[in-house]
Amino acid sequence: MALIVDLIFQLLQMTLVIAVAPLLTGLVRVTKARLTRRRGPPLLQPYRDLVRLARKEAVVADTASWLYRFVPYLVFAATWVAAALVPTFATGLLFSWSADLIAIIALLGAARFFLALAGLDIGTSFGGLGSSREALFGALAEPAMIVIVFTLALVAGSTQLSTVVAHMVSSNVGLRVSLGMALVALIIVALAENGRIPVDNPATHLELTMVHEAMILEYSGRHLAVIELAAMLKLVLYVSLIICVFAPWGIAIADAGVADRLLGAFAYLAKLMIGGVALGVFETSIAKMRVFRVPDFVGAALMLGFLGALLLFVSRTLK
Amino acid sequence: MSAEALFLSGDAALLALAVAGALAGRRPLGRPLVYGGALAISAALLLLALVELLGGAKGGALVLPLGLPWIGARFRVDALSAFFLVVVNLGGAAASLYGLGYGRTERAPERVLPFFPAFLASMNLVLVADDAYTFLLSWESMSLASWALVMAHHREDDNARAGYVYLLMASFGTLALLLAFALLAGPAGGYAFDAMRAAAPSPGVAGLAFMLALIGAGSKAGIVPLHVWLPLAHPAAPSHVSALMSGVMTKVAVYGFVRIAFELAGPAGWWWSVPVLTVGAATALLGVIYALMQHDLKRLLAYHTVENIGIIYIGLGLALAFEVFGMPSVAALALTAGLLHVFNHSLFKSLLFFGAGAVLSATGERDMDHLGGVIHNMPLTAFAFLVGCVAISALPPFNGFVSEWLTFQAILLSPYLSSWVLKILAPAVGALLALSAALAAACFAKAFGMTFLGRPRTNAAKSARETDRLTLAAMLTFAALCLLVGVFPGLFIDALAPVVFNAVGARMPGQSTIAWLSIAPIAQSRSSYNGLLVFLFIVISATLAASFIHRFASAALRRAPAWDCGFPDPSPATQYSAESFAQPIRRVFGAVAFVARERIDMPPPGETRPARFDLTLSDRIWDVVYQPLVGLVERASLRLNRLQFLTIRQYLGVVFGALVTLLVVLASWP
Repeated sequence: MALIVDLIFQLLQMTLVIAVAPLLTGLVRVTKARLTRRRGPPLLQPYRDLVRLARKEAVVADTASWLYRFVPYLVFAATWVAAALVPTFATGLLFSWSADLIAIIALLGAARFFLALAGLDIGTSFGGLGSSREALFGALAEPAMIVIVFTLALVAGSTQLSTVVAHMVSSNVGLRVSLGMALVALIIVALAENGRIPVDNPATHLELTMVHEAMILEYSGRHLAVIELAAMLKLVLYVSLIICVFAPWGIAIADAGVADRLLGAFAYLAKLMIGGVALGVFETSIAKMRVFRVPDFVGAALMLGFLGALLLFVSRTLK
Repeated sequence: MSAEALFLSGDAALLALAVAGALAGRRPLGRPLVYGGALAISAALLLLALVELLGGAKGGALVLPLGLPWIGARFRVDALSAFFLVVVNLGGAAASLYGLGYGRTERAPERVLPFFPAFLASMNLVLVADDAYTFLLSWESMSLASWALVMAHHREDDNARAGYVYLLMASFGTLALLLAFALLAGPAGGYAFDAMRAAAPSPGVAGLAFMLALIGAGSKAGIVPLHVWLPLAHPAAPSHVSALMSGVMTKVAVYGFVRIAFELAGPAGWWWSVPVLTVGAATALLGVIYALMQHDLKRLLAYHTVENIGIIYIGLGLALAFEVFGMPSVAALALTAGLLHVFNHSLFKSLLFFGAGAVLSATGERDMDHLGGVIHNMPLTAFAFLVGCVAISALPPFNGFVSEWLTFQAILLSPYLSSWVLKILAPAVGALLALSAALAAACFAKAFGMTFLGRPRTNAAKSARETDRLTLAAMLTFAALCLLVGVFPGLFIDALAPVVFNAVGARMPGQSTIAWLSIAPIAQSRSSYNGLLVFLFIVISATLAASFIHRFASAALRRAPAWDCGFPDPSPATQYSAESFAQPIRRVFGAVAFVARERIDMPPPGETRPARFDLTLSDRIWDVVYQPLVGLVERASLRLNRLQFLTIRQYLGVVFGALVTLLVVLASWP
């Protein structure tokens, strides 16, 4: 019986992340529009876009191989599984221990790998351009993420996200320089991984600096809908990750009752919306970088994360 | 009959096969005879090794009246040997199966058939040898047999140079190992491994022997800066031999290092882990960066072997560190990670070389800039190669991820080491490991994308045909094994337990008893990973998404020319090439790792000559370390050349002088 309840909560989490994903993207777009004094699309436009895309016929290039039609689902599945493993409203869900933070990063790496292959599959120069740049950004963002994990794991004594969150909720964390560095690094990585300004512009086509949009240029119809949803899920994942580690207030800890979990869900949604607005404000207030400045930007995240981890490694004996 | 005797008879059978190969090399019967025989013997030896490994190898000794007169030739199979015997014979069996099909396209079978079984036999012999003489003899025959295979196509460009450099480096490595064994044997000449285990060398001698073993075994494994021969020699051999050299022979070298460092050299010194970790991290990073810059598929794979050797050495170095500072259970974790990566790498690197060989025999091309679009005509090869790429890029749920995950878990425990050097070194090694893992994914996105995806760049690539069934069987078996290890890692970790226990005196907690087949290196609240669940999750969510889409969304599909933002170009030359894919990464890392020079020659408006883009890359280690060495040797040999033109009188003088000097040294020896 308990197993079934646990399973239901796990499934709830999986539906929740999918359900809010377009909403978060819509919120960021509305915020950016209002800040630039445009009316902008309605908040629910991303849902409509997805439905519209799904109803259209898919146009597949002549040169596409069998891999091309598998990739959207693989990318979506890997991102969805990763998102389902990040605590949103409660920790210690049924499958939360099946993969730790390192595995979550690797799952996102798998999604990126396949997307890069899809970019190369058609054999156009735009696809190759997107893939090769994505490979560079990924090669810098992923190690930055791993060193951030080092910091979190040393503070909490675990790479298991549920344990990390439980530790962060308990009062004995305090302010730590390392955690501050990890937070800044994590935000930089999140911006880079989601292709937000200043790294990439999610709103452009036909611009020489585009990365993510160049990789998926040839996708259309239902395939594009699935890929778009995966990208939205990834944004939810990163915002949830920042929330659950650095602002875990209100989250229901492992064996909490249903009421606590409901409360946790409301707290989570509120924080997610705050996160979305903050991202919109940030994106409006900063200019896009040249592509070859991005390695410096993401490299800064790597160095910050590494310094934070090094401080912890060295201070372990002083305690 | 003891296990040792059984293994020796297997080796004898392989050697007999080598003779048969020499006799029947040119006949059509030769290929099925040699490869079929090698397949049968390797499979039998594989079973035997598995039985030994899982049944807890006792390690009885077998002494034959050969070799050094006062010691004899000693053989012993313990858990460590049994594990590496599994690796060698699994790779050997798959390479033989592959050879049955692939060997049909061999132009000079008489240069391959005699040496292939001899190569397998000598690798087996290294692993069962229990005295220094037999070990070195087998080690040298392994080098020579593989050298002969590298030289199989000796008339092709660069192959002769590859063979020459390989021979030099192999002799250098053997020399270092010889000195290491001589130090450990001591003045009494205790060359049997039993005597070395019993002896207690002084810390200085043990440390020196350890460093010599690191250099000697490392030169065969391909650690930086001793890796220069590897990317020349491995690709030069026929593809199934490349798979054996990269996937298996480098593991035999790792075995040599583990045997000496963890067992024969006595208790480890505190600093031993420092060079291993430094070299491991440098090897991992430089290996993958060099690999990224290659456009020859087989050379890319060979450079990437260098990276994986680095990852293995990081695991071994951590194990040494944790063992010395009294944390045997973590040392067991680190050593398990290293050894599991040995097994994993032997699987996916062999698989990738098999795939590269299949493409090579179908198109006659190794250069990725002449390939592309092969996936359309070789879908199964492409699928198997893709599995290898995903596994080697350490992506879940495949096997490469498990061993790297375990290595990270070990690194995360290193703050508890009571040594400042290691405290600072460990996170740096961890960051470099993460960087090289991420670059590996970029590298294999390039390798797969340029070879199999896109539009065919040449007619050869366009007219490729799927390879034969035996070749495919070998590749698909290894692809399945990659998934199997990734999904059930606990079983393989438990199988490694006796090996690890012998080396560091502890083992990882039993994994097969954990619910749902998770693996938890220390405790489940600390970290756990469940390959099976992750795999099922991905499969279920992908199926769910696909069925949902096909139920509710439009099912219409139209094939059309690529859109390409409205400017499609009909020429496949406008695609991204191997160089252009790596260009962003080259710009970031190029100046550090190698002297990358880009020269753009753009004619001014009005001139009609074409614009030119020249790119020169050079291996900085070759320039800094080896070029001066080559110069030194040349100058020295010029000087010594005079010795060839002396008179008889002068020669006698030289002999007399040498004799007196040696006698004086001997007389004044303490």
